[in-house]
Amino acid sequence: MNQRNSDQKRHTVPPEEKIIALAGNPNVGKSTVFNSLTGLNQHTGNWPGKTVTNARGKYIYKNQTYTLVDLPGTYSLMAHSAEEEVARDFLCFEHPDAVVIVVDATCLERNLNLVLQTMEICPQAILCVNLLDEAAKKHITVDLDRLEQELGIPVVGAAARNGKGLASLMETIAQTTQQKKITKPLKISYPEPLETAVQQLTPAIESHIQGLNSRWIALQLLDDNKSLSDKIVNLAGEDFRKDPIFAPLLAQANTLLEQKAVSADTRKDLITAAYITKGEAIYKKTVTIANENYAQFDRKLDKLLTSKTWGIPMMILLLGIIFWLTIVGANYPSQLLSKFFFSAENWLLTMANASNLPLWFTDMFICGVFRTLGWVVSVMLPPMAIFFPLFTLLEDLGYLPRLAFNLDKIFKECHACGKQALTICMGFGCNATGVMGCRIIDSPRERLIAILTNSLVPCNGRFPTLIMLANMFFIANYQGWGGSILSAIIVTCFILLGIVMTFLVSKILSQTILKGLPSSFALELPPYRKPQFKQVIIRSLLDRTLFVLGRAVSVAAPAGLVIWLMANITIADTTLLTHTANFLDPLARLMGLDGYILTAFILGFPANEIVFPIIIMSYLATGSLVEMDNLLQLKELLLAHGWTGTTALCTMLFSLIHFPCSTTCLTIKKETGSLKWTLLAIAIPTICGIFLCITANLVLQSTLPL
Amino acid sequence: MEKEKTLHTAAGINPQEMKLYHPLHLLPMGKKATIDQLTLTGDMRRRLLDLGFIPGTKVQCLYRSPLGDPTAYFVRGTVIALRQEDAGQIIVSF
Repeated sequence: MNQRNSDQKRHTVPPEEKIIALAGNPNVGKSTVFNSLTGLNQHTGNWPGKTVTNARGKYIYKNQTYTLVDLPGTYSLMAHSAEEEVARDFLCFEHPDAVVIVVDATCLERNLNLVLQTMEICPQAILCVNLLDEAAKKHITVDLDRLEQELGIPVVGAAARNGKGLASLMETIAQTTQQKKITKPLKISYPEPLETAVQQLTPAIESHIQGLNSRWIALQLLDDNKSLSDKIVNLAGEDFRKDPIFAPLLAQANTLLEQKAVSADTRKDLITAAYITKGEAIYKKTVTIANENYAQFDRKLDKLLTSKTWGIPMMILLLGIIFWLTIVGANYPSQLLSKFFFSAENWLLTMANASNLPLWFTDMFICGVFRTLGWVVSVMLPPMAIFFPLFTLLEDLGYLPRLAFNLDKIFKECHACGKQALTICMGFGCNATGVMGCRIIDSPRERLIAILTNSLVPCNGRFPTLIMLANMFFIANYQGWGGSILSAIIVTCFILLGIVMTFLVSKILSQTILKGLPSSFALELPPYRKPQFKQVIIRSLLDRTLFVLGRAVSVAAPAGLVIWLMANITIADTTLLTHTANFLDPLARLMGLDGYILTAFILGFPANEIVFPIIIMSYLATGSLVEMDNLLQLKELLLAHGWTGTTALCTMLFSLIHFPCSTTCLTIKKETGSLKWTLLAIAIPTICGIFLCITANLVLQSTLPL
Repeated sequence: MEKEKTLHTAAGINPQEMKLYHPLHLLPMGKKATIDQLTLTGDMRRRLLDLGFIPGTKVQCLYRSPLGDPTAYFVRGTVIALRQEDAGQIIVSF
C-alpha cells in the first residue's frame, strides 16, 4: 500500500473504525439506508442524482464503530461523469473495509451492471437488495440465495424505509469486515481477444500493486483511461508502465488487440457488454416476474402526468394545490404564534420595568432582538414548515423526473439541460441546495447556466412574503375558501413568472457568454413509490421548524440588533436607518418600492426570511402610530406607510427576483470556483428584478390612478 | 405468418435477413424493437451502454413528452427518456 495514502487514512479516521462505502444506482434508497443506519438525516427523494457529495455518518454495532460513506449514485464506475469518478476513486484509493451495494429489487437487471463493476474493484462487497416491499407489491420475487451463489458475495434483502433487513445488514457488515465471512466474488470473463490480453498482463501487475484487482487494472491500462492510469501508477509508487519487463507486455497486448481490429472505442464497448450480458444472465436465473404487466399502474400514471393535454396543466395544478394547502395550513398557527410572541413581549417588558435594567438595554433586546425573532418565527415559520414537507411528498412519489421530462423540450430550445428542472425544484427548498444540485448536469456549460439562473425561483424563505402580500393586498375577502384559492393562484403565477424568467435568461446566456449546443441527455423515470406520508411529514416538519428556529437565532436576532441600532443612532438629527432609506429612496421609488423596503432587502442578504420582518421592524421603529397587537393590523401598518397595490406587487416581484442570499453566493463561489461567475450570479437576478419592478411600476402608474 | 415464411423460403429469402433498420426515434408508440448498433460516440455512447443499450437489447417506446420531445423508452426493466437527436443515433430493427 502506498505509504502516503495510508498516512492520510490514519490521520482522518482512528484505526479502530471500519469504513463502509455505500454504492448504488441513483434512486435505489441508498440515502434511506444511510439515514436508517446512522440516524442522520440526509435529505431523501425519489429522483436520480440526489446525493451529490460523499456524505459521512457513523454508527456503532456490537461495540465497533463504523463510518458509513454514502457515495454519489451512479450507473457505472467507468467514470463518464464527475460523480462516477468520485465514487470510483473512493473505492479504488481510499480502501474501504467493505462496500455495501444497494440495488432496487424492482429493476435488478440494470442495477447488476454496477454491482459487477464494484465487486471487481472491491472484493469485500455486500449486496443489499432494497425495496423488496415494492417488489412484492409488483409480484416480483428475487431469489436471494441464488443471487448469493451466483455473485459469490453476501446478499441481504431489505425494505429500508420500513427498517426491515437493516439488522441483518449490520450483522453481515460486521462479519465481512472481521473476515468471518469470506467473499469470493464472481470473476467476469471478457470477450476474446480482450480476455487473452488481460491474462497476459495480470501476473506482471500483481508484482507491482497489491490490494487492487489486477484484472481490473489490466483493463484500465488497456482502456487507456489517462487520469485513472496515472492514479493507479501513483498508487504503485513508480510508473511501472515504463518498466523494462512490463512495457513490452503492455505493447504486446495492445498489438494483439489491434491485430484483431479491436480499437480503443470497441474495447470499451466490449467491456460494458460483458458486464451487461453477465448481469442479464444472473437476472434471468434469480428474478421471477409473476405478472408481466407489473408496471401497469406506473404506465397509467405516467400517461396521465405526461400526457399531451394534461401533462402541463397537471403540473401547474399540483403546484397550486401545494400553495393552497400551505396558505390554508399556515394561517392558524401564524396567528397563534404571533399572539404568543406579542404577549411574551408584553410580559418581558413588564418584567424589565420592574427590574432595574437600563431602559436602552431592555429596549434594544426586547423591542429590537426579541421582536424581530418573534416576527420571523410567527410569520415566516408556518408557511416554510408546511410547504417543505408537501413538496417532499411529490419528490418521494417520484414526480420530479416527470416534470423534467415534460419541460425538457423548452430547456433544449434554450440550449440547456432538462435536468435543470430538477435543480429548479431543489431551489424551491433552498437555492444553495439547488446550486449544489446542479452537479447532476454533466455538461459544464449547461451546469453553469443552471447555477446562474437558480435563484430566479423563490426559495422556501421567500414564499411566505409572496403569500402574505398576496393575501393582504389582492384578496378583498381574506377569510374563506375563495380567498385562499385566489391567493394560491396568484402565488402560482409568480412562480411561473420565475420559471419563464429562468428560460429567458438561460436562452440569453446560451446565445451570448455561454454559447454552445445542447448536449446529450438521458434521464431515468424511476418507478413511482407510495410516499411515506407519516415519516416525511413529521420528519421534514420537525427539520424545517428546527432549521428556521436555528436561523432565527443566528441570523434574525443579530439583524434585529442591527435594525434597532440603525433606528436609534442619530446623525444630524436623523437616524441611520432614515439616512440609508433616504439614500436608497430615489431608486426604490422608481421601482415602486420605498427606501425602507430596499434597505430591508439589503439587510436581508444573510437570509431571505428576514426581509419582510425587517420591513415591519423599520416601520415600527420610525414612530408609527399603529399599535401592533395582532396580525390583521399588519396591513394597516403598511398602508400607514404609504403602501398601495403597486408597492405590494413590486415588493413581491423583487422578492421573487433579486440577488441570492449570502449562503447561496458562497455555494456558487464554491461550485464554480470563480469570483466572476459568482458576481454574475448576483448581477443577473438583481438587474432582472430592478428592470421588472421599474416596468411594472411605470405600467401601473400610467394605467391606475394611484 | 406461416404462409409468409414459406413464401420467403420459396423466393430464396431468409426471413432472418428481412429485418428493417430504423433510427430509434422513429419507433412508433407502444412498439418494440431490437437494438442493432449505436452510432453515437463519446460520453453519450458510454452512458447509454451503461444503461444497457447494447446490441441485441429489446426496447419499447412508451410515451412522448407533452411538448413532443423527449421520448421515454423501456429498456431492461427501467424507463429512460432520450431526446430525438440521441435516439436517432441508435439503430434498431423492427
